[in-house]
Amino acid sequence: MDYVVLLKQVPDLAEELEIDSAGTGLDREWMSYVASEWDEYALEEALQLREANGGTVTCLALGVATGDVDEVLATCLARGADRVVKVGSFDESPDSHAAAAAFAEALEPIPHDLILTGVQAIDDLDGQVGPLLAARRGMPHLSVVTHIAVSGDGRSVTAHQEYAGGVVGEFEVDLPAVLGVQSSREAPRYAPVSRVRQLLKTATIETVDVAGGGPRSGLVVESMSVPETGAAAEMIAGNAQAIAERIAELLAERGITGGAAR
Amino acid sequence: MSGDILVVVEHRDGVILDTTHELLGGAAKLAAAGGGDVVAVLLGSGLAGLAGSLDGASRAIIVDDPGLDAFSPSSYLAALVPLVRERAPDLVLVANSGPGMDVAAGLSAALDLPLAAYVTDITLDGGSPLVTCQLYAGKIQAAVRFEGGRGIATVVAGSFAPTAAGVSPTTETVPAASTDARIRFRGLHRPEAGDVDITREAVLVSVGRGIGEQDNIELVEALAAAVGGAVSSSRPIADSGWLPRTRQVGKSGLKVKPKVYLALGISGAPEHLEGMRGAELIIAVNTDPRAPIFSVAHYGAVADLLDVVPALTARLGG
Ligand SMILES: Cc1cc2nc3c(=O)[nH]c(=O)nc-3n(C[C@H](O)[C@H](O)[C@H](O)COP(=O)(O)OP(=O)(O)OC[C@H]3O[C@@H](n4cnc5c(N)ncnc54)[C@H](O)[C@@H]3O)c2cc1C
Ligand SMILES: Nc1ncnc2c1ncn2[C@@H]1O[C@H](COP(=O)(O)O)[C@@H](O)[C@H]1O
Repeated sequence: MDYVVLLKQVPDLAEELEIDSAGTGLDREWMSYVASEWDEYALEEALQLREANGGTVTCLALGVATGDVDEVLATCLARGADRVVKVGSFDESPDSHAAAAAFAEALEPIPHDLILTGVQAIDDLDGQVGPLLAARRGMPHLSVVTHIAVSGDGRSVTAHQEYAGGVVGEFEVDLPAVLGVQSSREAPRYAPVSRVRQLLKTATIETVDVAGGGPRSGLVVESMSVPETGAAAEMIAGNAQAIAERIAELLAERGITGGAAR
Repeated sequence: MSGDILVVVEHRDGVILDTTHELLGGAAKLAAAGGGDVVAVLLGSGLAGLAGSLDGASRAIIVDDPGLDAFSPSSYLAALVPLVRERAPDLVLVANSGPGMDVAAGLSAALDLPLAAYVTDITLDGGSPLVTCQLYAGKIQAAVRFEGGRGIATVVAGSFAPTAAGVSPTTETVPAASTDARIRFRGLHRPEAGDVDITREAVLVSVGRGIGEQDNIELVEALAAAVGGAVSSSRPIADSGWLPRTRQVGKSGLKVKPKVYLALGISGAPEHLEGMRGAELIIAVNTDPRAPIFSVAHYGAVADLLDVVPALTARLGG
């Protein structure tokens, strides 16, 4: 079985996000980037599936100038990926439709039975890359997936799709296919920073060019803004003691007075 | 352009989902302003009876096919792509759910229609849709238009109100144009009941990743005991196994409506808000003054939960 995982970096939400001067995008000058959380689950699932069934894990990321793609890919190798490939060269992260087209082209010569992506990323405006890629390559796609298992004959997988209230649907999906991973069976394995540093110097990160000039999202961004947080909330000032005091008052106003241990 | 708005109906266990009723409500308002029809598309097998409950739709297309007995992204798309191409609506509304993500992106790629994701509002501007999308877990919003004026939107739960006009749509039943069984439904799994039913608790002490480590869960257990409530959580806490899945609030967890919801170290991602924004009183404690939770909270404090929680427990005599 040949597994392929798509990974990207996204802006770090712990930092303040600012709008650029045009008012239609983020100001990327001082932005810091982190691995997209769900992609790490996708990689962990691929590694687990390889351990159970044999095969290879190839990781793909778009070559974008913002952030550090080489570090993403070196981290994949440190975690145990067999092969890493940087796809195309972009000034900044392209929209999902363009990203899907780039991956569809890059995948042509790369063996792939099961492609795993993160279920979503925090920065997409025009939908998820996984199902767009699947559509371009004529493969089936299932979103919000957990519990992936390969069938005995290696021609299909079963997977759970999550719904509200903890209800899940179980599906059988013919391969090749694309799945959007919601969480992995185990927490993503740790990659020691020293190992990633070393791999950055010694490992081979393959690169492939893509034609580009492909489809665009067809969306026109009129404006971007930071929603007024706290516009609704009345903020409680003071130290922890004062905050606790005020919360206790608010609870008491609603008849919740404490001491009601069960 | 027709002005028609097509709503893809989501149903499970023979029941139309709330999110579909919301889409129909939103679509009905837009259609009233724009002059088109709201066309609900119901895919299934032997489900004609459900069409009567599609309040907000003026017409319903029932795609009746044994291959559509249960949801499958491949069979839904095989039926929907030709249908949407033929009917050429201006706007296609899909819920931002797992099935919605599958269907919307598949339609966008197959029909070359723009797709706006995580949509929280749609208005008409000069006759074409102006769409508000959430990005960066709710920290940024974007106003977007579709080039050419037509497109698809995946809408976040809770964005529109359902209507109660009580009018059933006229129906038309068609066979599926084609089928694709590469994804086959095998069954539904339901969660086992937990020790506590968080949907019935009056007070929820809810924790997120800001709790830092598993050992700190004790602190919120103590607070919950002191207020006579229960502990609930965001998804990452349940994913880590620090609390049972039955305590998870949100899109893939439970929808709760307690009298008081204490959100401690929870950022307020749209998937979390979906499960708790209906709480009567929301009090949020978070170290990040820009955390989106503060836009739904009634009261907020920018503080370390590890300081506030013990202080509050002590204050309540716990
Ligand atoms: C299909 C799908 C379904 C999902 N379903 C759900 C769901 O049902 N429920 C759900 O919750 N999520 C769900 N998610 C995940 C969701 O997108 C977010 O990732 C999740 O809600 C984030 O949880 P969090 O707020 O605990 O963590 P984070 O977003 O990491 O936030 C932690 C917060 O804690 C604050 N903090 C840190 N330290 C402290 C401290 N000492 N004191 C106070 N504050 C502190 C930080 O400022 C931050 O705001 C779903 C995602 C997808 C894709
Ligand atoms: N630029 C990219 N580089 C690599 N993988 C990507 C990229 N964009 C999207 N993906 C993959 O597609 C998933 C969904 O992302 P998105 O489509 O942005 O929601 C991500 O979690 C990745 O697995």
